[in-house]
Amino acid sequence: MSPLLSIRDLSVAFRGDGGPVEVLHRLSLDVARGRTLALVGESGSGKSVTAQAILRILPRAATITKGRILYDDGGRSSDLAALPADGPAMRRLRGRRIAMIFQEPMTCLSPLHTIGDQIGEALRVHTGAGRAEADARTREALVRVGFPDPARALTTYPFELSGGLRQRAMIAMALILRPPLLVADEPTTALDVTTQAQILALLARLQEETGMSILLITHDLGVVANMAHDIAVLYRGRLMEAGPLRTVMRRPGHAYLRALLDAVPRFDMAPGERLTPIREARPALPAARAVPAPAGPILRVEGVSRSFTLRSGRFWSAPRNVRAVAEASLEIRAGQTLGLVGESGSGKTTLARMVMRALKPDAGRILFDDGRGPRDVHGLAGGDLFAYRRHVQYVFQDPYASLDPRMSVRQILSEPMEIHGLDPAIRRSRPAELMAMVGLDPGALGRYPHAFSGGQRQRIGIARALALEPRLLVLDEPVSALDVSVQAQILNLLKDLQAALGLSYLIVSHNLAVIDYMADTISVMCRGRIVEEAPRAVLFRDPAHPYTRTLLAAVPDPSLDHPLDFAAVTRDLSDPARWPEPFRLAPDETGILQEIEPGHRVRRSAARDARAA
Amino acid sequence: MTGVAATGVRVLGLVLRRCLTMAVTLAVISALVFLVIKLPPGDYLTNRIAELRASGEAASVSRAELLIRQYGLDRPVYEQYLMWVGLWPGPAGFSGLLQGDWGWSFEYDRPVAEVVGDALWLTLVVNLAALAFVHAVAIPIALYSATHRHTAGDAVVTVLGYVGLAVPGFLLALILLFYANRWFGLSIGGLYDPAFTGKPWDWPKVRSLLAHLVVPTLVIGLGGTAAMIRRMRANLLDELAKPYTVTARAKGLPPLRALLKYPFRMSLNPFVADIGNLLPHLVSGSVLVSLVLSLPTVGPLLLEALRSQDQFMAGFILMFTAGLTLVGMLISDLALVWLDPRIRMGAR
Repeated sequence: MSPLLSIRDLSVAFRGDGGPVEVLHRLSLDVARGRTLALVGESGSGKSVTAQAILRILPRAATITKGRILYDDGGRSSDLAALPADGPAMRRLRGRRIAMIFQEPMTCLSPLHTIGDQIGEALRVHTGAGRAEADARTREALVRVGFPDPARALTTYPFELSGGLRQRAMIAMALILRPPLLVADEPTTALDVTTQAQILALLARLQEETGMSILLITHDLGVVANMAHDIAVLYRGRLMEAGPLRTVMRRPGHAYLRALLDAVPRFDMAPGERLTPIREARPALPAARAVPAPAGPILRVEGVSRSFTLRSGRFWSAPRNVRAVAEASLEIRAGQTLGLVGESGSGKTTLARMVMRALKPDAGRILFDDGRGPRDVHGLAGGDLFAYRRHVQYVFQDPYASLDPRMSVRQILSEPMEIHGLDPAIRRSRPAELMAMVGLDPGALGRYPHAFSGGQRQRIGIARALALEPRLLVLDEPVSALDVSVQAQILNLLKDLQAALGLSYLIVSHNLAVIDYMADTISVMCRGRIVEEAPRAVLFRDPAHPYTRTLLAAVPDPSLDHPLDFAAVTRDLSDPARWPEPFRLAPDETGILQEIEPGHRVRRSAARDARAA
Repeated sequence: MTGVAATGVRVLGLVLRRCLTMAVTLAVISALVFLVIKLPPGDYLTNRIAELRASGEAASVSRAELLIRQYGLDRPVYEQYLMWVGLWPGPAGFSGLLQGDWGWSFEYDRPVAEVVGDALWLTLVVNLAALAFVHAVAIPIALYSATHRHTAGDAVVTVLGYVGLAVPGFLLALILLFYANRWFGLSIGGLYDPAFTGKPWDWPKVRSLLAHLVVPTLVIGLGGTAAMIRRMRANLLDELAKPYTVTARAKGLPPLRALLKYPFRMSLNPFVADIGNLLPHLVSGSVLVSLVLSLPTVGPLLLEALRSQDQFMAGFILMFTAGLTLVGMLISDLALVWLDPRIRMGAR
């Protein structure tokens, strides 16, 4: 049978200052009926441009310079590249025969219109259906994508829904007319790992039901391994490799895909195995220095809690109290890494902020030991507090927002030293050392952040955090805003720096593979509670808590031998009240951490003991 | 549905709370207004008495002194203030703003209510016409220019917009008046032909009003139009780049329908939020143009009252504008609640 969509020799160029810039070069690929083609590549590889070209929704500055996009519409083949972009012929196909879902379900839905209105719209536009009919069909579509209360959902607004439900709404919107082709542009990248697994399971089920084809655009090889039938790898606008998934993944013929596979952290890595970044940072590390190590842990968090008061929308109702962190305890040994894992809203960032003393805990203590004995961070004042600021530094998630675009790199790197009144001679010489330390050219000190790529900016952020020779770095999702190919580079750099400088890390992430690669001990957070903590090897070998298990089961593995168990991930276990006994917790219950083997503790309900007693 | 009922209760609560704060705000404003009016030494009557003495008209002096006692201008300032508001018994008992007595205009020797009455609604007519003109012209042009960015049409509109912004209103007013008189035989100045002065509002007088409205509407509206095109275009350009606009296209919506339903609706918010500033502007704005065109509107009256320290007159107009501001803000908040579900639900 002929393919549903076949792209032939497609080139797309952007208008640039120095003439057109080609972002897609003579791309040819086929999307077969009823199958999923994964289009893989880094950002800038041209994968999103391909999707936009198919729907003819390219940005204004881009034009199709060559090639054909042949779409087989029930035996009648038409060349989409030749149709006027906003003409009636193209509009009849958009939404009806070819639909698209995007990465950010929040920004892709209008906040001013109800979900029901936006989902039913395609139906009303294409079939001329009335309100009532559109509502009925929308309700059906919402049922199909697994909305808990479809009738109510019709009148809800996007901001009232969780990220996962928003993406389900987007999918319902795209599929309401049962199009033969769905273009999904990074559909799960913005979602938590368990939500991602649920959405992937949903897409797979819908494909089975309707026999639609999916063009899946992603940078995540784990998603590819679990979803795709065929794969096409793009690099800088050119097709590197294409073919059936199994053939290509088992024996990647092209060096680029092989490199991409080696750059992704996997669970089955041997202890001490290093990732191989596509582009290695070459840091000039200083000789390992002896740091006065404290006898005990460098950081101890003891039973810390923090609540936030939410002003509710109603005018007379009492404000709601939300416990972001409930009696959390952690311990980081000097020179080691603690990984804090949790999904959005689990309280992990709140906890990190309290360690930074950017937020005050309601209860509990945070003890930091600079070698002179542990002291409560929130009791520090004056010179002691100033010294603490030097010892503990923060690396932010977003390398774009965390660097002031109006400061040169030299200014960015020397600002912390000025604040702390370091010797001017050091202030002059140290920025170059720092640049070399993170593998950047010291000659680039005079340049501004916009001249650097995302990965390079993140290295500047790390260099800034190192400027004051800290003991502890708090790394808040340090690689989640970066391309896969760059992630490995940053993670390796952090490991090398830790070894050379004797640093301790508190790394906060929702990405279990990253935590697995980096951490010595891991704490899993859910709804403000630490539900399980264990040494790295133990946690991944033998997870005891149901939430940890779900989390682990939801991570798509890039190897073909560990497919996701879609049936397992559809259970939502982020609510402590739904955990099986003896883990189940009442809404305000904190439970107790029980040690089940040395260093491995699991939270469970204390009520059971009380009943038994 | 319970959601709707809850929203209704919330909006009612909002209105009640806002009315309460508005009352407090108005009280504070009234004190400030009175203070500012009283700041310069003397008042209308003492100045007048000095003038009369200089010209030796002793008979009139005693009449002015009578007025001073009648309006309690010889009392301490705080008493005067409370009397004006209506919280202190004056010579005629409690009679102030709270009782609906706007006071006496010394300049016109008539009650303020009488002097201002006609001017108030004519002002509203002129400025509402200008406002309608601004929106009717600016919105389509802004839509065109935002969707045709960097084209010849956009450039032409932009240049015209700048010209509109740069041309001084009073100058344009004079030129237009001249040609309206020469080509259409329209009488110079005013809002209707002088022949109708003091006549009841019958059809010919209304027609004369409509004809005379054209020039002020154009003149007052033009600067605003240019500004609005610029702002609307910038807002729209932001919204056009948003992913939900792309989503609408990907659904197969016709371009105009997609434009009006999503980016245009989103770009309206700042304008709705601006109603609070717009309403008082309707009364006190366009003073210069009103003077040049000798429009019988409130602007020139206020100017004159302030200059001659006609305190009750100035006080009333200022209080009225302040009241309009507050009402405008309430309207814009309610309109936002109605337009934007994020505000309605109190989220983000």
